[in-house]
Amino acid sequence: MSTVLTLLRKELLLERRVPQLVPAMSLFGVTTFVVFHFALGQRTVEGDLAAGILVVTLLFATILGVNRLYVADREEGGFDAFLLAPVDRTALGVAKAVTLFAFLVLVELVMLPAFAILLLGPGMDLEVVAKLGVVLLLVNLGLSVIGTLVGALAIQTRARDLIGPLIALPLLVPVVIGAARALSPVLSEGGAGALEGRWLGVLGLYDLVFGLLAYALFDFLLED
Amino acid sequence: MELIGLGRRYGTRLALDDVSLTLATGQTIAIFGPNGAGKSTLLRVLATLLRPHAGTARVLGRTLPDGGWAVRGRVGLLSHEPLLYRDLSPRENLRFQARLHGVGAGRVEELLDAVELGLRADDPLHTFSRGMVQRTAVARAVLHDPELLLLDEPLAHLDPAAAALVEPLIGAASGRTRVVTSHDPAGGLAGADVALGLVGGRTALLAPASDIDVASIGALYR
Repeated sequence: MSTVLTLLRKELLLERRVPQLVPAMSLFGVTTFVVFHFALGQRTVEGDLAAGILVVTLLFATILGVNRLYVADREEGGFDAFLLAPVDRTALGVAKAVTLFAFLVLVELVMLPAFAILLLGPGMDLEVVAKLGVVLLLVNLGLSVIGTLVGALAIQTRARDLIGPLIALPLLVPVVIGAARALSPVLSEGGAGALEGRWLGVLGLYDLVFGLLAYALFDFLLED
Repeated sequence: MELIGLGRRYGTRLALDDVSLTLATGQTIAIFGPNGAGKSTLLRVLATLLRPHAGTARVLGRTLPDGGWAVRGRVGLLSHEPLLYRDLSPRENLRFQARLHGVGAGRVEELLDAVELGLRADDPLHTFSRGMVQRTAVARAVLHDPELLLLDEPLAHLDPAAAALVEPLIGAASGRTRVVTSHDPAGGLAGADVALGLVGGRTALLAPASDIDVASIGALYR
């Protein structure tokens, strides 16, 4: 646990010192909403379309982050320095996943108000925000765990900018579908509908499966 | 340290082929050879960062790669890359490494003083000259007081004063077992007990350093 905290502190220090991921992901998200605002030819969206736009934008913002998640470690030798330390290597995976999760929360704090202002038809009251929070918690968990795993795999290759999205997108499709289905009633006109337990269950189960997979595989991804 | 028929490939290219040697505790081996001879690859295998593809490598009493977990933390690697984050300061980098190795903050301050970086210890590394970065990297390599030092051209980028500064930490006087690569025949042989010459990943020369002259090292590069 102390190794995870040490790594996490380093990740946050690096992002605070030279902000890269959070500003880039946030800017991408907001810009995408601006594009949708003008491209869709309608002033507001709701239901399935609103949920789809929100989740897909979040997905691509995450891909942007995943591609950069390990760059400092690879290019500046942080990987080697870590591998030389007598610590559990899985700690790096846990720290990266927690980092990505935290960054996603920060990005969503920027993206959601922009989404509400630029696109969302129904108002965003406390009930909607609370339900959004529950779904996004599960979405962020899935994005973080899979992003961490894929990032570690892609960074070992020379074509990492291509490999990352190519592997991540198919793996994240179930998260996108589950999240969009779960969010659709929440973002409907006429008040927030109930969260669908079925889709929350799918998201939770998917997160759990990939969490276990990541825990089992991460060590091997760092091996020569 | 004992290597028997050690081999390592990158794809189909042999980077190390049938390298065998023995090094006793506290001794220094100097490795010479032209670029691409396999010197850095050998250091990375010994550091447990690369797996051997043939032969046997025993380091600090453990056979690699299976015993690698027990070797990490007892090895200090100074490679071409400083293994430091450019946007962090020397103090932040060393404290981060110290926590990973279970070393106290006092040791960080001691080493910052030893490499005379105390006054700039809080400046980001990307504002440093290459020599100052190398001094920080030396401090990182010996932070956890390793038994075995793997030094890839350790004096590169260092002026004579800085080289003298790091000598007590990574030189022969450090008392550690050392594997040192060098392109400086006279300097490399000076602190060595054994000399190894590699050409194309194969052993071209292996003898006590006292039996080798500078000319025979020079021949490796022709």
